[in-house]
Amino acid sequence: MSLDSKIPQGEMDKKWTDYKGHVKLVNPANKRKLEIIVVGTGLAGASAAAALGEMGYKVKAFCFQDSPRRAHSIAAQGGINAAKNYQNDGDSVFRLFYDTVKGGDYRAREANVHRLAEVSAAIIDQCVAQGVPFAREYGGLLSNRSFGGTQVQRTFYAAGQTGQQLLLGAYSALERQVALGNVTMYNRHEMLDIVKIDGKTRGIIARDLVNGTLERHFGHAVLLCTGGYGNVFYLSTNAMGSNVTAAWKAHKQGAFFGNPCFTQIHPTCIPVSGDYQSKLTLMSESLRNDGRIWVPKQKNENRKAVDIPEEERDYYLERRYPAFGNLVPRDVASRAAKERCDEGYGVGTTKLAVYLDFKDAIVRYGKIEAGKTGNDTADHDSIVKMGKAVVEEKYGNLFEMYEKITGENPYEMPMRIYPAVHYTMGGLWVDYELKTTVDGLYALGEANFSDHGANRLGASALMQGLADGYFVIPYTLGNYLADDIRTASIPTSHPAFEEAEKKVSDRINTLMNIKGKQTVESFHKRLGKIMWDKCGMARNAQGLQEAITEIQALKKEFWSDVKIPGDINEMNPELDKAGRVADFIELGELMCKDALNRNESCGGHFREESQTEDGEAKRDDDHYSFVSAWEYKGESDWQLTKEPLTFEIVKPTQRSYK
Amino acid sequence: MEHYNMNLTLKVWKQKNTKAGGSFETYQVKDISSEMSFLEMFDVLNEQLITEGKDPIAFDHDCREGICGMCSMYIDGRAHGPWTKNTVCQLHMRAFKDGDTIVVEPWRSAAFPVIKDLIVDRGAFDRIMQAGGFISVNTGNAVDANALPIDKKDADTAFNAASCIGCGACVAACKNSSAMLFVSAKVSQLALLPQGQPERESRVLNMVAQMDKEGFGNCTNTYACEAECPKGISVSNIARMNREYLKAGLSTEE
Repeated sequence: MSLDSKIPQGEMDKKWTDYKGHVKLVNPANKRKLEIIVVGTGLAGASAAAALGEMGYKVKAFCFQDSPRRAHSIAAQGGINAAKNYQNDGDSVFRLFYDTVKGGDYRAREANVHRLAEVSAAIIDQCVAQGVPFAREYGGLLSNRSFGGTQVQRTFYAAGQTGQQLLLGAYSALERQVALGNVTMYNRHEMLDIVKIDGKTRGIIARDLVNGTLERHFGHAVLLCTGGYGNVFYLSTNAMGSNVTAAWKAHKQGAFFGNPCFTQIHPTCIPVSGDYQSKLTLMSESLRNDGRIWVPKQKNENRKAVDIPEEERDYYLERRYPAFGNLVPRDVASRAAKERCDEGYGVGTTKLAVYLDFKDAIVRYGKIEAGKTGNDTADHDSIVKMGKAVVEEKYGNLFEMYEKITGENPYEMPMRIYPAVHYTMGGLWVDYELKTTVDGLYALGEANFSDHGANRLGASALMQGLADGYFVIPYTLGNYLADDIRTASIPTSHPAFEEAEKKVSDRINTLMNIKGKQTVESFHKRLGKIMWDKCGMARNAQGLQEAITEIQALKKEFWSDVKIPGDINEMNPELDKAGRVADFIELGELMCKDALNRNESCGGHFREESQTEDGEAKRDDDHYSFVSAWEYKGESDWQLTKEPLTFEIVKPTQRSYK
Repeated sequence: MEHYNMNLTLKVWKQKNTKAGGSFETYQVKDISSEMSFLEMFDVLNEQLITEGKDPIAFDHDCREGICGMCSMYIDGRAHGPWTKNTVCQLHMRAFKDGDTIVVEPWRSAAFPVIKDLIVDRGAFDRIMQAGGFISVNTGNAVDANALPIDKKDADTAFNAASCIGCGACVAACKNSSAMLFVSAKVSQLALLPQGQPERESRVLNMVAQMDKEGFGNCTNTYACEAECPKGISVSNIARMNREYLKAGLSTEE
């Protein structure tokens, strides 16, 4: 099968306008008869459900949390990009487009990225209209800050809680539609399969997590807005419940999976402290604006950080990348930290950490403050005091969070940080209309693969989620539904629903009847370790082949020895988790296959076989300038289809940050 | 930070479902590291229970970084436990010492029925939001974001109110099970912003009416909500909501 990405003809900056001008429309009377299912209520799902409800469609929205407001978009800290050029620093749609394609290491689709940049400004307008309290200047206008991988200030933010404020905006729009009767909300529900009739997606099977009942829901179309799959690594910055199940069920029903191995490992997270650890916490990228990253020059250093003199510190990012220093993109910073720790220069009890030090920033800000007040003779202690106040204003909530978790005061001693899994650029393959390879099935936000290539730039995930939900799907979905206006609601007594429900029910029964000895959690941990060791920050052919064998063995063991307590027809979080871990195991195998197949380094995907003499990632455009789209054929069996990537505007070059 | 291990006794509320009665169960946990989070200690306990063939404890949690508002445990008589301005998921075991007995209950409020063990139904909060916790603006109608300058002071105050995570600790901490802090935070955020003006009066009236309908109690100014709020939402929001409510009541035509 060859893939049709349906990219409109014409010049890059006219494609979306032309598309919108010629797309099929659905008249208001018909919209009322069309039902849409939205799974997931993060930025993509909540915005899509709200926007489609406003347009007059009948929407059903599902989330596994107790309220749509809890979706993990809420945890995003830093900000959201938009090509507003409010700072008059030369930003434009073109520059946002260019930075995103380059930042993605030339593995994203140009037309999708251009559209993203085009709609970015309208997102900010929409959010402000909803009452999202973005940071402002004294003149009352919006404030911006800079983020990694760019040279302009285009990031809008609300302290360190931008995701929270954006999600609450989308959530309030969603709840308004619930009140108006346009959206029906299903909290504490998990989608466990899609239902296809005559090759088209016509609904889902969902499980009510409170009482375990399986439900059938019809829809003329189904939108998966179910986020990423970083929890395949067990430890990640994702929420505990974040999972791949909805996307994976769709994959097994014919939706191709795009670039599954493209994972973002974020450089600044609080390091692992013990075996009991359940999740990792991110420290915003914005800290790298002021913090300096270093390790001791001596291996196995046991002195406290503050006792190590300046000349015995190795500011390795500044040393290796003098042009960008501590502000190199995420993939580069993560690999450099790993390299130092692997060489034996790591710090802390586990030796898997590096320092992020604010000492110099505190003094620098302190001197500026002293200068402002004309206090040129201030002693060192008062300068430090004034500097700490400035740092607190900028990063107070992050410093507080660090202290709560580690019990250490980052104003006095440097933070210890280490890279952690944060985001997955891969996801369900979609065309320009966000449609998967299954008719009537769409994927939005982190759940699709389309906009970030092999590495996502900071503050771009929120932008993509809201772009897809507010401004893309309302147009592209109509183009599909316009041909479906004569399809009446299909009763859920239809054999296809019956069959799908039986399949789901059989699987749950099988899981419960294994009655083995090992807990779900223990399997998840083992999967995570295989993935992190062999499909993590650095990958090689041998390790990936080993990982595939190990995962296949783990899968067998899971299905013969997993122990799930409780019953089916009650609230049973262990059973919910078991289903998710079973899907993660299968996904893990595909990720390793994809990583093995892509024998080049690009963005977050680093193949040890493909590096330059000084250890930098080396892309291979001659052989790998394509999207890997995997089709599920059966157990441990996938077929690869390549969607060639062509670059009309941003010509690929080797990225250099030196 | 000095690291230590501890053995603890836990008394945890167990309740099969909404209709069943509940009771406290006693559990022993050993060798708990002071570096663990409180929920990781529960993970350890649950793994132990499952391995022993016993029923694990159901509790709500998701982001584990203090922002989603899902976690909700009443620990030793305090919503979210002994640390101030903190969620359960951010509470760490160094708050306890070897030999301690810790009592863990769900949020207690008639408006938050227990679903299972420590999990409660906070659907009432969503319904209050549906009653008016929004600005009626359809997608695509917005003017340029900078067309509407907003005084930084108002914007900052609105932001502080908006940082509510909707966890319900305010209700759990209040002897009247009042939801005034939660409701007033949203009313304040939108009343302070120019975008919120057109629906300012109907919003506060409708949200308060829904709050009463859900069975939440009134405010008697004990400030327990502010003391236990993980995000430090100020009771001055309640004062603002009362003013808004009064003004709206006086000026409506009905």
